[in-house]
Amino acid sequence: MTEPHPLPHLQVRGLNGWYGESHVLHGVDIDVHEGETVTLLGRNGAGKTSTLRAITGLLKKREGVIKLKGRDLIGLPTYQAARAGIAYVPEERGIFAGLSVAENLTLPPKVAEGGMSVAEIYRLFPNLEERRNSQGTKLSGGEQQMLAMARVLRNGARLLLLDEPTEGLAPVIVQRIGEVLRTLKASGMTILLVEQNFRFARKVADRFYVMEHGRVVDHLTAAEVPDRLASLQTQLGV
Amino acid sequence: MTTLFGLPIQAISGQLLIGLINGSFYALLSLGLAIIFGLLRVINFAHGTQYMLGAVTAWLLLTVLNIGFWPSLVLAPLIVAVAGLLIERLFLRYLYGLDHLYSLLLTFGLALMIEGLMRDGFGAAGKPYSPPALLTGVVNLGFMILPIYRGFVVVASLIACLSVWLLIEKTKLGAYLRAATENSGLVQAFGVNVPKLLTFTYMLGAGLAALAGVLAAPIYQVSPLMGSNLIIIVFAVVVVGGMGSIMGAIVTGYALGLLEGLTKVFYPQASSIVIFVVMAIVLLVRPAGLFGREA
Repeated sequence: MTEPHPLPHLQVRGLNGWYGESHVLHGVDIDVHEGETVTLLGRNGAGKTSTLRAITGLLKKREGVIKLKGRDLIGLPTYQAARAGIAYVPEERGIFAGLSVAENLTLPPKVAEGGMSVAEIYRLFPNLEERRNSQGTKLSGGEQQMLAMARVLRNGARLLLLDEPTEGLAPVIVQRIGEVLRTLKASGMTILLVEQNFRFARKVADRFYVMEHGRVVDHLTAAEVPDRLASLQTQLGV
Repeated sequence: MTTLFGLPIQAISGQLLIGLINGSFYALLSLGLAIIFGLLRVINFAHGTQYMLGAVTAWLLLTVLNIGFWPSLVLAPLIVAVAGLLIERLFLRYLYGLDHLYSLLLTFGLALMIEGLMRDGFGAAGKPYSPPALLTGVVNLGFMILPIYRGFVVVASLIACLSVWLLIEKTKLGAYLRAATENSGLVQAFGVNVPKLLTFTYMLGAGLAALAGVLAAPIYQVSPLMGSNLIIIVFAVVVVGGMGSIMGAIVTGYALGLLEGLTKVFYPQASSIVIFVVMAIVLLVRPAGLFGREA
């Protein structure tokens, strides 16, 4: 694990969020340090996806503090938060049907220097190069997930928000996604992962937050997992 | 005399030309409507008014500032696009999250107000606008006499439609537009300034309507009511093509213009309703339109 930087890469304090009248986030506190992989665990409806959406600004009605390298994002429109250095891979992947694989891949504009080149991305995901002229949504579920991840690696952002990347995928694809995440981690990328698949998350994350009913109810490091496994499994219902 | 199906070829080709010219206007106008609906989900009832404003602006540029057809072909669409910018920034953007009905009513209300003001200021009578000297006269094609200006309108409309299609299908900006049509939130989450994209799209649609208006000025007379007569047909074209489908709008525009022309030859009594009959059939058989994606 990378030594924590004094100023977290992402700092969330007292985050509240609403869908219309429905209050879904109740004072969420999260820190993600530079180069760390942190996973939000929790059952369906615990507020994990809403937390990511609130960070990006896609959940518009929100209060609290969201700081990216010290810069407050809460007042910014979604596109400016992204330009501050966030790479977002949504749940359901968000592949555009009206765009080819290559167009999907190069859609996100660069927000900072230092992203991967298209050639490097094709080396990491060779399938995508073979199918670069296909319609984005004609890919298999696994390929679409690869495309969703590959798409944001070009833009130079150093914070990756990844929502349920293994959902509904075959074990061999899940394993491949794990390898890609480890590669990104080794390159120094900071990752905030939402995952229901605890066995997968356990292999890639440095720290975990457990969420319930829109609140963070527990926090533990990877080293603490073996001792806490039984209680965690009860909390997550696995 | 050469005949086809018992009718003189000149009569058929003459009506086909009229159909092609009408189709050029349908294509340009429905293209603008389709782009606006595709991204903004706004049914722009002010589109006919923006077409009329294009023609009126060209006429004003000529009579007040002595600016002729060629500069007006660029200036009038730009001026109407800026008016579109004001409509989008001042009114439309507050209605994006709401039901389509709100933006439809807003643009309908604006259309009525602008048309009323124009009628008050200029009177309802049409004003003539001469084609440029370069494009006056006719060419004898053998099977028909082609007024040069009308031929120019068909070519200009084709070039404009093709340029917009290339912009949307082959450029990065077009990829943003297509992606934002599907999921504008996610495109924003990638760092694209979608609000600016929406404004640009509305300006583009309004500018295309105004371009059609300038092209129409020498053929039809310039009148405050010229848009309201056309807009209902154009909506039918958009529905047949598939709401929001770019290629659908272009192809259907020309095809229905030609169909209308042919109906005038073979069964003139039906020529004013044939487009609506096609619309009814398409809605029954394929509600998403000929080129639209099924929901």
